[in-house]
Amino acid sequence: MSIKQKTLDLKKRMQSALQGGGAKAIEKQVALGKMTARERIISLLDPNSFHEYDLFVEHAAKDFDMDKKHLPGDGVITGTGTISGFPVCIYAQDFTVAGGSLGLMHARKIGKIMDHAMSLKIPIIGINDSGGARIQEGVNSLAGYGEIFYRNTRASGVIPQISVILGPCAGGAVYSPALTDFVFVVDKISKMFITGPEVIRSVLGEEISMEELGGARVHSEVTGNAHFFSESETECFDKIKKLISYIPWNNKRKAAPFPKKAPKTRQFKIDNIIPTDPREPYDVRDVIRSISDDSEFFEVQELFAANMVVGFGRMNGQTIGFVANQPLVLAGVLDVDSSDKAARFIRYCDAFNIPLVTMVDLPGYLPGIDQEHAGVIRHGAKILYSYSEATVPKVTVILRKAYGGGYIAMCSRHLKADFVFAWPTAEIAVMGPEGAANIIFRHEIMNSPNPEETRQKKVEEYKKKFANPYVAAAHGYIDAVIEPDETRRFVLHALEISAEKSDEPPMKKHGIPPF
Amino acid sequence: MKKKKGDKDQITLMVDDVIYTTRPNKKYNQRKPYKPANPKIITSFMPGNIPKVMVKPGQDVKEGDELCILEAMKMKNIILAPADGKIKRVNVKEGDVVAKNHALVELK
Repeated sequence: MSIKQKTLDLKKRMQSALQGGGAKAIEKQVALGKMTARERIISLLDPNSFHEYDLFVEHAAKDFDMDKKHLPGDGVITGTGTISGFPVCIYAQDFTVAGGSLGLMHARKIGKIMDHAMSLKIPIIGINDSGGARIQEGVNSLAGYGEIFYRNTRASGVIPQISVILGPCAGGAVYSPALTDFVFVVDKISKMFITGPEVIRSVLGEEISMEELGGARVHSEVTGNAHFFSESETECFDKIKKLISYIPWNNKRKAAPFPKKAPKTRQFKIDNIIPTDPREPYDVRDVIRSISDDSEFFEVQELFAANMVVGFGRMNGQTIGFVANQPLVLAGVLDVDSSDKAARFIRYCDAFNIPLVTMVDLPGYLPGIDQEHAGVIRHGAKILYSYSEATVPKVTVILRKAYGGGYIAMCSRHLKADFVFAWPTAEIAVMGPEGAANIIFRHEIMNSPNPEETRQKKVEEYKKKFANPYVAAAHGYIDAVIEPDETRRFVLHALEISAEKSDEPPMKKHGIPPF
Repeated sequence: MKKKKGDKDQITLMVDDVIYTTRPNKKYNQRKPYKPANPKIITSFMPGNIPKVMVKPGQDVKEGDELCILEAMKMKNIILAPADGKIKRVNVKEGDVVAKNHALVELK
């Protein structure tokens, strides 16, 4: 055969493999409102940047007449490419090939591209769309999952790992996304659960639809398994591109700097955002936008535990992780979910050299039997652990209330914040004035001829003396009381002079965080 | 920020005697009120079927006596009396399928 003929033969083979599961299966995929696996990769990556590997991998199953079947690429597409010029490794399960089911060679392809990502020190993106384990391959498909989980864990905190759920992801398969840093879901398309509605109905006699059990909305609002919710696959890819712009390639680098931009101070006027009455709500994201470059804020887990706000922004072009209590929702209290959410985000930022800016305005922890029984002690401890553990620059701004345990937890000086600033509206105290007065002056109030009047008087006295930033400032627990419109200047300076911060943690294999 | 008039999502939340104006989140709205456990009522700890019932109403039982079998997740669980007492009511018969937290047997 001449080289021309051989090339022709290669083209023929490629053409056949690129068909995936064939026209009929592709038609079905499209009818479900989904892109094909290859279309997804091409839409996400820069034009012409995708380079595919292992296209000719064949499955290894012999039993149940599987040896007579041909599964192109064994149901998964793997390769490398770029997103806005940043290099990434990527794989996408192809539902049109045997339902994207995971067999030994399918798993090996994923493992191989993950190994590439680890040795090249670049992010790995996994697009999940699979019916689950390939039952015909038995324990080999279990082995495949296990080897992926192991690699996810080894890569955790070394390279960014992004999971995109664009179809079913059920049973053991859910644990790979769960081990990764960010999970993207799309309304009506993503489905994640351990046991499906069918099993739940037959074993437990409980009726629930797939969407209600493990749809995109449930994982974004209730379980917290997902970090980014989108209405369409295209919107989802835009969000992934945006995320990639904010994070570094690996844990030895810093996120790429962007051109400096001033905040849109006309739209987000910092003086006008917060009501001085600490009981009134406002949107803390407006405060973040009033100091971030171009007033941009890319929120993570926007719909889950909205009483805590976490996400990325930039200051003077550098990526910052913002963590803030949200008075608009549940008065911004700490609870089981908001502690989990913040703790995980703090650890992400710390692992990937992203400085943390914390904004504090919270009344304390959410009271309730359900919270206590859900383990608010152990979950609340996570936030203390992750702030104390973090060695990236940590800057805290106390906007209004900082009461009790909540004050300590929100990156106080005591957890080794580098700089703590407070607005004149800040109230740093052991608890709110009403509660404190009711305890301290209990006897006086009870024995008074007019208890209500005495109570009010005592509350006012307490407010005057303690509901301010100056008591904490007198002890040196805050570094400066600043005017709100000086916030950006102070925070920027603090971050700039912390650029070479070094804080070596004590030598240990790893800590034992309150998981 | 101006307070939205007629914001139907608005709630008040009390923390340490201070009342805050705010909004709930989905999980907060889905909370279930706490119910203390009644030690006299023996309930199914998971859904399953009842292949066998060993007691009748009026019968005296001692702590640890077998009351019935709850077969769930391919496992036959023997349900035992949590304390000495007299059987007030038996709410299941052999062959029944029960949901989680179903009252199986009640003691006096």
